[in-house]
Amino acid sequence: MTASAPSLRDRAATFGLSEGEYDLLVHGIGREPNALEAAIVGAMWSEHCGYKNSRPLFSAFPTTGPQVLQGPGENAGVVDIGDGWGVAFKMESHNHPSAVEPVQGAATGVGGILRDIFAMGARPFAVLDSLRFGDPASPRTRFLVNGVVDGIAHYGNAIGVPTVGGEVTFHPSYQENPLVNVMALGLLRHEDLAKGTMGEAGNRIVYVGSKTGRDGLGGAVFASADLSDASQADRPAVQVGDPFMEKLLLEATLDVINAGVVAGVQDMGAAGLVSSTCEMAYRAGLGITMDLDRVPTRESGMVPMELCLSESQERMILVPVPGREDEMHALLDKWELDVIDIGQVEAHDRYRLTWRGEVVCDLPVALLNEAPKYTREGVESEDIKAARERDLSGLPVPADLGSVLLQLLAHPTIASKRPIYERFDHQVMTNTVVVPGAADAAVMRVKGSNKGVAATSDCNPRFVQLDPYTGAAAAVAEAARNLACVGATPLAITDNLNFGNPHRPEVYYQLQQAVQGIADACRALNTPVTGGNVSLYNQYVDQTTGRTVAIHPTPTIGMVGVLPDVKVRATLNLKAAGQTLYLLGDIGDSIGASQYLETVHGLEAGRVPPLDLDLEARVIAGTLALIRTHLTDTAHDCAEGGLAVALAEMGMVSGVGLQVTLPGTARADALLYGEAHSRVIVAVTDPDATERTLTELNVPFTRLGLSGGDSVTISLPAQELQLSVKLSELKAAYDAPLREILG
Amino acid sequence: MNVAVIQFPGSNCDGDALHAARLTLDPDAQFVWHTDDGLPAGTDLVFLPGGFSYGDHLRSGAVAARSPIMNAVKAHAECGGYVLGVCNGFQVLTESGLLPGALSRNTDLHFLCRPVHLRVETSDTAFTGAYTAGQIIEIPIAHGEGNYYADPETVARLEGDGRVVFRYVNNPNGSLNDIAGIISERGNVLGMMPHPERAVEALLGSEDGRGLFESLSQILSKGVLVK
Repeated sequence: MTASAPSLRDRAATFGLSEGEYDLLVHGIGREPNALEAAIVGAMWSEHCGYKNSRPLFSAFPTTGPQVLQGPGENAGVVDIGDGWGVAFKMESHNHPSAVEPVQGAATGVGGILRDIFAMGARPFAVLDSLRFGDPASPRTRFLVNGVVDGIAHYGNAIGVPTVGGEVTFHPSYQENPLVNVMALGLLRHEDLAKGTMGEAGNRIVYVGSKTGRDGLGGAVFASADLSDASQADRPAVQVGDPFMEKLLLEATLDVINAGVVAGVQDMGAAGLVSSTCEMAYRAGLGITMDLDRVPTRESGMVPMELCLSESQERMILVPVPGREDEMHALLDKWELDVIDIGQVEAHDRYRLTWRGEVVCDLPVALLNEAPKYTREGVESEDIKAARERDLSGLPVPADLGSVLLQLLAHPTIASKRPIYERFDHQVMTNTVVVPGAADAAVMRVKGSNKGVAATSDCNPRFVQLDPYTGAAAAVAEAARNLACVGATPLAITDNLNFGNPHRPEVYYQLQQAVQGIADACRALNTPVTGGNVSLYNQYVDQTTGRTVAIHPTPTIGMVGVLPDVKVRATLNLKAAGQTLYLLGDIGDSIGASQYLETVHGLEAGRVPPLDLDLEARVIAGTLALIRTHLTDTAHDCAEGGLAVALAEMGMVSGVGLQVTLPGTARADALLYGEAHSRVIVAVTDPDATERTLTELNVPFTRLGLSGGDSVTISLPAQELQLSVKLSELKAAYDAPLREILG
Repeated sequence: MNVAVIQFPGSNCDGDALHAARLTLDPDAQFVWHTDDGLPAGTDLVFLPGGFSYGDHLRSGAVAARSPIMNAVKAHAECGGYVLGVCNGFQVLTESGLLPGALSRNTDLHFLCRPVHLRVETSDTAFTGAYTAGQIIEIPIAHGEGNYYADPETVARLEGDGRVVFRYVNNPNGSLNDIAGIISERGNVLGMMPHPERAVEALLGSEDGRGLFESLSQILSKGVLVK
């Protein structure tokens, strides 16, 4: 050994470990690790796999309830929807890969989350995408939008799982660091619920699927670092997806689970072979021995480091029920996949790997799975505090409020997403009852039952930026409200926490506050957390200014609900003229933190409207009561752009206009475009019965006016103002922006 | 009436095809795996479903067209048996020579999923008897390669023989003559890009696809065979 060779400790950072963590590892195993062991520990202790910065906060989450069949800790959460059916669901990010290589980054994001679902024994039956991009006018954004949309289409359309919903928003904070969060849902019979465990000692460990290549090397570590120009050189860390192989793997995996011949299943996701087998061993409380020489490879000369940490796609670990190995192999043969026995489960507690006859890794399973936990100090940014407390009362109310409406509808965050969702097959599997654009959530029927499953993904990052606690709670509330607006009882959530670098106190503060906000809202609305994903280090050093730009904190909430009878539901379009429109909830009186303020006044400021979770629960109950007693089949919540945008959307989608009057003495722009929470618009034919129901349930309401005509007309008597715009004019503004971005 | 839905490894509308066939035609409709050599005895209708049969490697439908089961499907068609190919199934039919022409990429090069209006050009086929000629129906499309092309003589022959069965009202993909579906010379093999199996239940938005299955049901229950 030469004196100048850097020690492993000096190189710890290349494995994603701090020197302190390296020392912890040495202490834990009582010796110096070899390079392979250090790399394996680095991957397992990365934020992506080990949640070292976020896990200590998660104890705040409610995770149980009669509806929860599987809570956090497995490949996906599972909720009970009755009649012996369960829905597995989870959301996961593929942000960094998509920033570098949008097509494959997004495609493999879809592939990865689908594997998590079918690993549970559930047949994937819906995908939703929550996408955040930067300045819509910039060429880079266009490149990313088109790439991400193509990637999702390429993978989802081919494998034949419908992409039924999601959200797409634009804000400069995502300019270099877009967010690609993909949520998938799968349907299973209770008895088919599978787990990611090694089972018992003596069990065989079987590798199924694609061969292992050098793609995606170190992806987990890559995902857990800041993006920089050097990230472009990390393109090999981006995996390449093959939806055809995934389809074979999906069918093969479900075949062996349904036949009852497997004791454990897990996909090889982040940190590949290592994390899947490590986690399965940990859940079983056992050790394993694996022979790396048996791993099928795509290219020759691959070394243990590559075999262990490659993130090649479309690979699974199966553990057959002892004695039924041959049955499992026979079932897999039909799908012409590589099926290789690579090791066995041991009665000890070691994670032991051999290569060319030698033990190359020998670590305690527990040490690998128990990443150090960091509780940091969070401090709110003074800039953000100042923006929130800014006095907005001096801002002028624009003279032409009608053109403001057009301006908001033409903002790509609000504008029609049709050009995007038309590129996704949203109907394959013939279950999609409510298609994208038709309502506030997607609804799928469950064949062979009367039930429907509803799903949505939501977050208003501007709210979270200005007030992380309220903003994150509001994301949960909005998701629950969206489900109620189609007639579904909210059941549970998965969360995808996208934040900046947690080492920065102001970012850690956001994470801390947001987690607490989610926890409190989930408790109040009876929607436990069943799983999720954390994506930190979403920030970028601007090369021209040298400043670090963190994304807006974005805790995306994916929520699932159930419709007892899928035929009893609502959509947002007005069904006829002459119906009475009601607003459930309070009318709202603030422009704080609104899209209007950002788009028209160029300000991201003001207080996020207060969220009253008790009121939210009553509005949800009221909405569901009206739908389920057939008093309404039209419901729409108010989100970005406020009441006026929500009314305009209802008119445009149906081609039926409306005339309403907004009471209240607040400033006109606050009434029209303020973004108070807990508000739902419904259209009814029996106003008396509607008012009785709402009064009984203690839901505040306002009678707004009537549907009809070919324009959206809103009167504000107290302000002596009226706004009236033709539907055709609204539609022209609403339809154009995304068509233009997608080219 | 016996329906066989062919499953290639990358079929993804196979379940939808089976569901629709069971709902409208044959409660016992069954899957047939692509490596099988033969169809179940008594098969009346072969349904080639949509999907990405072999991952669309080479060309859409090209590998599927050479799979073992396709010999049986060709033999079935030669004997006058009915064959319905939808979306990728249509691509398999053109690749295997059971129907003329080819399907290339949509003119805008993007996958497109939306309900479209089709004009039923003729009710004088086994697949369209329950419709009236000129009827406009709404059926969803979901494809990236649905742009029908054939050489001018072939197109002229198809048009002259009344073998263009469905035509797009607003052409979504660049197909020649707005062609959405064509039938074989003998009238027993239909290929179409739109998905009638997605339009047989009101719950999913359109029942306009039912007519196609009802047409087949009427013909088959009468025991009427093609010329």
